[in-house]
Parts: sequence; C-alpha cells; structure tokens
Amino acid sequence: MALKTEEMILNMGPQHPSTHGVLRLELKLEGEIISDVIPHIGYLHRCFEKHAEAMTYPQVIPYTDRMDYLAAMYNEFGYALAVERLMGIEVPERVEYIRVIMGELQRIASHLVALGTYGADIGAFTPFLYCFRDREKILHLFEITCGARLLYNYIWIGGVSHDLHPDFIRLTRDFITEFKPNIKELNDLLSYNQIFIDRTANVAPLPKETAINYGITGPNLRASGVKWDLRKDDPYSVYHKFDYEIPVGSGERGKTGDCWDRYIIRVREMEESLKIIEQAIEQIPDGDVTSAIPKRVKPPVGQIYTRVENPRGELGYFIISDGSLNPYRIKVRAPSFVNLSIMGELCKGWMVADVVAILGSIDIVLGEIDR
Amino acid sequence: MKSAEEIFNILKEKFPGSVTELVADKPVDPFIEASPLEIDKICTFLLESEEFKFDSLMNLSGVDDANGEKEKDEKGFDTIKGGTLSVWYHLESIELKHKITLKVSTERENPEVASVAEIWRSSDWHEREAFDLYGIKFLNHPDLRRILMPYDWEAGHPLRKDYKNPEFYQGMKVPD
Repeated sequence: MALKTEEMILNMGPQHPSTHGVLRLELKLEGEIISDVIPHIGYLHRCFEKHAEAMTYPQVIPYTDRMDYLAAMYNEFGYALAVERLMGIEVPERVEYIRVIMGELQRIASHLVALGTYGADIGAFTPFLYCFRDREKILHLFEITCGARLLYNYIWIGGVSHDLHPDFIRLTRDFITEFKPNIKELNDLLSYNQIFIDRTANVAPLPKETAINYGITGPNLRASGVKWDLRKDDPYSVYHKFDYEIPVGSGERGKTGDCWDRYIIRVREMEESLKIIEQAIEQIPDGDVTSAIPKRVKPPVGQIYTRVENPRGELGYFIISDGSLNPYRIKVRAPSFVNLSIMGELCKGWMVADVVAILGSIDIVLGEIDR
Repeated sequence: MKSAEEIFNILKEKFPGSVTELVADKPVDPFIEASPLEIDKICTFLLESEEFKFDSLMNLSGVDDANGEKEKDEKGFDTIKGGTLSVWYHLESIELKHKITLKVSTERENPEVASVAEIWRSSDWHEREAFDLYGIKFLNHPDLRRILMPYDWEAGHPLRKDYKNPEFYQGMKVPD
C-alpha cells in the first residue's frame, strides 16, 4: 500500500542569507523533491520608475546606480547611452574609452561578488574572502576616479563627470598584473575543486530553447551554449575596436547549461574583460571629457529602447520623451528580474538542498528586480 | 533581416483588420500599432513564421498615455477620464537578428489586452508588472497577480498619471 503524502509548502526567506537580498521563495515540496517554486518579490520596491518621472534627465542617473548596486557603472552607462541616442549626441572618443574601461572593471568586480558568494552559499567560505580582496582593489580604482566606492554618479549624459586621475592608468596596469594569477588561484581553490564540481555539475541544466523563451540573457544564456553577447551582437560604444572572445558553456564537467557552466562562464568572462581593459588603456586617446555634456537635456518627442550587456545580462531602458525636461516614462528591463522568473521551471524535480545552488548560479541582485 | 516597413507590409496583408499603422516619423524606433485583442495571434505568427522567427521578447512595458479629459477634484488632484493606456512590445530574433516594436492601445476605463505569456514565457512577469502598476488586464494570463506592490494594496495602480497615495496602509501612515 502506497504511503499517503501531502504537499508541503516551505517559505525560504524573506530573511535568508542565500537569497542575496530580500526575496521569498515559496517552495512546494513532495518530500525532498521540489514540485514548484514561486518567487515573491517587491520587498525592495523603491518606485524608481515613478520617481524618474518627476526628475530631469540628468537627475535620474544617481537613481540608476541604486538598482543594480553591484554594477552601478553599467547602469549609468546604459542610461546615458539611451538618452544620447534619443538626442543624437556624439560623445568624444576618450569618453567612450573611459566608459568601456569602467564598465569592464565593473564587470570583473560584479562577477567576483557573484563567484565569491556562490562559493559561500554552498559551503566554501575561503574563496569568498579572496574574491572580496580583489574586488576591493577595483573599488579603490573607482574611488580615485570619482570619490565613491559603490554608487558613482560618474557617467553623465554626453560625458563623464571627471577625467581620469593621473595615476589611474598606472594603477590599473598594476591591478591587471596582480589579478591575473589570482584567477588561477580561484580556479584551484574553487572552480576545479572536486567537492564543488560534485555539488554543481549536472545540477539543473537549462536547455537553449527554454532559456531564450524565458528571456534569459547574459552569462546564464551563454552557459546554455548560445553565443549571444550584445557587445558583439548589437554593438555600442567602442567595443568593436577590441579583440576578445565570448565564452560559451559546453558541458565540460556535466551537462551544458548546468550550475557549474553558469559559474565557469563568469570566471572566463573576467579573463576576457581583462583583455579589453588592457587594450583600452593602451589605445586611449587624449581629449576633453566634458565637452559634449549638454547644458539642458531636452530630448525631442519620441521613444527609444536601448540595451547594453550588463554583468547580469541585457539591461534595457525604454524611454518615452514628451519633449519636456522630465522623462514621460522610463521602463527598465532589468536582467535579474527576467532571469529570476525561471526559478520555478529550473527547480522542478530537484532537491531542497539544490535550491541554494541553483539560485546562486543565476546571480540575482534584488535591487534591480524590485527597482 | 527585415526592416520595419517590410514587416509591417507582411503583417498588414496577413491581419488587415488588426494591424493599423506604422509610425516611423518620430525618433528613434519605428513602431507598428495593432489591436489589443488580436495581439496574441499576431505574436504567434511573428514567432512561428519562418521569415520572422521572433524568438525573444526583450521588453514589455505599460504606458499611461494620459490623453483623456483632466478634471481637478476638491483637493486639487488631477483625475483623468477616458483616453487610453498602451502596451509596448519589443521583439527580436536571435537567429535572424532583426527587431521590431509593437504598440497596442486600450481604453483606460476597461483596459484589456490579450496575453502573450504563453508565447514568450518572459512576458509573464512583465505583464504582471504592467497589471500591478497600470491596472491593465491581460486576458488568459496564467497568474495575474500584483508583483512589486503588496498583494493587498488597494489604492490603485501607482504608475498611472493620476495616482494618489493613500493616507494609511494597514493602519500605518503613508509618508508624502
């Protein structure tokens, strides 16, 4: 006679160290097996889109910082790009190079947090400290550039707020030299650690077609074997001038698109970002970084959807202008928002203990999910 | 790869009643206007047809057009009667690398749009967000609940241009 069982509902969060913010996952369980996961979000909702309608265009920039607070530089980058395209502003080449350097440094800093906390989530605490040690050096570079460590207000519409510090290039070179061996160290400590591989490889593989249909972007999509990166596929800024690869997942240690693939893509992207920074600091031209900043930002009536490759995926800004000084409507297509919506599909049939491994591998930031 | 005009002409032929206009004179993106209750059929066609293969919905966004009659109430707040709310769809094909923007407009008093959540799963949460913030009802959506605001928020839909904050929520004073 079969044992009679009932579905059990378990709430994970809102206060839970592995949810990286305030997120509640409602797990529906049959014994240890997950039958569904329903994410409940909105705990960090700060009405960004409503606020933005009451601001002038330049005033919105500090608010964009506070969405994805681990990749604030890139949020500003995307927003500035959208308004510039709407107004038809040409930006000096030096500004474009500075933006790319900052953007790629930010990508490394953001991935370091993702990788470090992922290790910590599933029980490896040491790599977390190693990652934060290296991230600290990048934050220092940002600090000498604009005075802030996390929320910069550095990239403005038409330019950047300050030129680079005279020591910036030298310090960035030093950082690259120091950081390269540290990636190998991270690989030895965590990536190719057999315990870590056993814990993540073959767990929750995400097929290509499902990923595209769910709108998954960034490292998570590339881990599933889709070579799709907006820096190459919808080019913006000066990315076409550099030589770099787009790493894709191939199921090296398990199935394509499993948790380990999603992890290792980020490690490899850091290496590619280093290549871009190295080339950019060699080639950076001289020039005035504030010359194209408009006195009054008043775009014509119209609308634009612009997207950039944020460390977490496709960050899109949909801006409608009614010809006044304030944006009529800004909608942010936050990569984490879309990536999180696949949790239910991805967790089905896996064990409770795998939820943390799966959630960590998606790498979400609640600040931009709730906006 | 197809331009907005080519896409519009093919759609116009296939759905003569429900695809109305191509707007390409304003910066920056051209967009196609369509009928809100037929949008699911148009989208299914755009996804499945061999020449389009729009396999990815980049973004779905609600907008308050605020084009109705504005009236001031006794406290000096604007209320809007009539006019439209819109939903914007940004589609792209990862394989064929083309993009298109669609727009549907629906009545403000009874905003109903056919859901595309079963066509692109990514639109599930976007539609919930548009419902939450604008009150647009997506017909046949599998799970249309609020997403960013609390589930028991009763004061309306905050991104509408005539939204007023309530004085109290659950007995707590709401700050101005």
